[in-house]
Amino acid sequence: MRVTLLGPQRRPTVDAVMRSLRPGGPVATITAGWRDGEAGDDELGRLLGFRSVNLRLYRRWLDVQERDRDFAAAERRLRGVIEEVQEIYLLRLDYALRAVYAVQRRSGEDWLRAAALAEAIGAVRELDAAHLRRVSDIRGEFYQAWPPHDRPVIAGHRAEVSQVLGETAALVVAGGHVGVLADVLHLFNVAAALRSPVIAWSAGAMALTDRIVLFHDRAPQGPGHPEVYGSGLSVLRNLVLLPHARARMLLDDAPRMAIFARRFAPARCILLENGTRVDTDGDGSCPPDTRVLAEDGRVTSLEAA
Amino acid sequence: MTGPAVSRKLAINRLRERRPPEPAVIDRFLARHDVPIIEGARCTFLYRGGADEVRLVHRAVGLPEHIPLRQLYGTDLWYVVLELPEGSRFEYQLEVARGGQRERINDPLNPRLAHSPLGSSSVCYARGYEVPEWTRPDPDSRPGSLIDIRVPSRALRRDCAVTLYLPARLLRTARYPLLVVHDGSDYLKYASAKTVLDNLIHRLDVAETIVAFVSPGDRLAEYANSAAHARYLTAELLPRLEAEFPLTGTPSGRCLMGASFGAVAALSTAFRYPQVYGSLLLQSGSFVFTDIGHDHGGGPAFEPVVKFVNRYRAAPRWVADRVFVSCGVYEPLIIRNRSMVPTFEAAGMDVRYVEARDGHSWENWRDRLREGLSWIFPGPQKFFYE
Repeated sequence: MRVTLLGPQRRPTVDAVMRSLRPGGPVATITAGWRDGEAGDDELGRLLGFRSVNLRLYRRWLDVQERDRDFAAAERRLRGVIEEVQEIYLLRLDYALRAVYAVQRRSGEDWLRAAALAEAIGAVRELDAAHLRRVSDIRGEFYQAWPPHDRPVIAGHRAEVSQVLGETAALVVAGGHVGVLADVLHLFNVAAALRSPVIAWSAGAMALTDRIVLFHDRAPQGPGHPEVYGSGLSVLRNLVLLPHARARMLLDDAPRMAIFARRFAPARCILLENGTRVDTDGDGSCPPDTRVLAEDGRVTSLEAA
Repeated sequence: MTGPAVSRKLAINRLRERRPPEPAVIDRFLARHDVPIIEGARCTFLYRGGADEVRLVHRAVGLPEHIPLRQLYGTDLWYVVLELPEGSRFEYQLEVARGGQRERINDPLNPRLAHSPLGSSSVCYARGYEVPEWTRPDPDSRPGSLIDIRVPSRALRRDCAVTLYLPARLLRTARYPLLVVHDGSDYLKYASAKTVLDNLIHRLDVAETIVAFVSPGDRLAEYANSAAHARYLTAELLPRLEAEFPLTGTPSGRCLMGASFGAVAALSTAFRYPQVYGSLLLQSGSFVFTDIGHDHGGGPAFEPVVKFVNRYRAAPRWVADRVFVSCGVYEPLIIRNRSMVPTFEAAGMDVRYVEARDGHSWENWRDRLREGLSWIFPGPQKFFYE
């Protein structure tokens, strides 16, 4: 699967990228991450040469809420459970990461500290992995109990989405709310009908990965811990995508960034800044000049990392 | 190698050198300067008028309660220079003595006023203090709505007025956290609570939240560890709100908030119902206690508070998952609040403690709302990558 990852589109580059890819047909778009603003895609349509079809996944999700009340109620309960699981994970993560930073700061013999640090990071990695498994299991059980293909309203939408994707030559996924994007991509089974190439930016790119990592070091309540949220479409593997990295992360804090990179290794932590373009395929391979977070906490190119 | 330090004279000292300054010179001086005059850390307070004595009065701990102003020789201009640490917000009044009468007034030369249920006072913004822009109306923020309801309370034996804040675009299919705010009408009036909520929710700093602004009847009785008040909130108000509005209905989605005596009410309610509220937001709590003897200095109204806080400090108990505590360093309550932090921590609660160079005032409580609310009910910023 050929995927082009872009940085934020405040200063759009998607039009130039699309011209370079020459998809040779109409383009499907997903702007569900904009939630209520999903339909406000005139500018995007213009950039794509007025040959795009918006899949309107958020509106479809609202339709499911309205017309399949039982499923909607079950989905609300699922969301409540996932939120609770996420909160408990964050509670544990807080202690585990504080231990990592404390060991990292501690004075004394380097070799002793390095060994302890590796173990502390290992504990965080185990916690991340266990959380991802738990969330996946909970979602799996939900979809077993409420098979979407057996729900007429959802099945109808899935068929329409599949048809549009079958008739288009490329898919564009815009940014926005990554949780909403991941949910609707799963619910309407976009993975099954996906056509190459895919162009995605910011949250749209994150939602294509096998592990969505949320991060915000400049939140009003202080730096939050980077947290594993769940799985996206898993079209991209072994990549942790970091849109707006400079604005959202304390990139100058090399020790903190080093922990970030080591925690998610061997996945590559890729910075998606304004103007970034990364052409990749499903195995996570990226061009050598891709900007990544290295394990020493520096931002560097992939070939130098 | 650096050159000699350049010491710039204060404006008032430059004026003093012109002796005696003519009234017209003083007129021009006052027209040229905002009062108080802020020059680095030094703040010059002024009063102009005939008087026998002029004093600056305030409640900031650490400074003399009454600070005399000096009369500029041969003029009717009075002045005093105070050093205020960076970022300070300092409320004060002037006491003018004339012909055996003393009168407390707001500073006629300073248009900045702070308001509270007890009246108004002048306020000085020291270097580094700015009114947070998120406390001001933002035309881009979608306004939530306020609705008034009445909740008949058997516990309090009265009909209780509650003002509900509903976020813009409230969806019945969604589920929202609930914040219960003591002294609600004062928070709305003096701490710009609605504007703050509109802005912080719009900016994704705070989760979309339903807020119940409750107001006391007999405040000193209901907020001083009252079983009836706790029962009203927990057994009467909460079930009604959770039946009528799309609330999460879980402890992690419920927070009690209050300032001063309202903070005592929030803590004591959670103490009485420890499995119900997941978070507390306590601002400048009146957590008066005694370590020895009975002289707490708070008067009879504080007796039940002291009893409650002493008991709590002797045996700290987990009452909520998370507690946000804030206090102004110029408040008499600062030591009390600092002392409560390790007490809460000892009970196993997750505590976030914030101090500000401010006093026991509504604008202090307003200015801390972003830190507090975004910690208690964080907005979805971490999900948004545009």
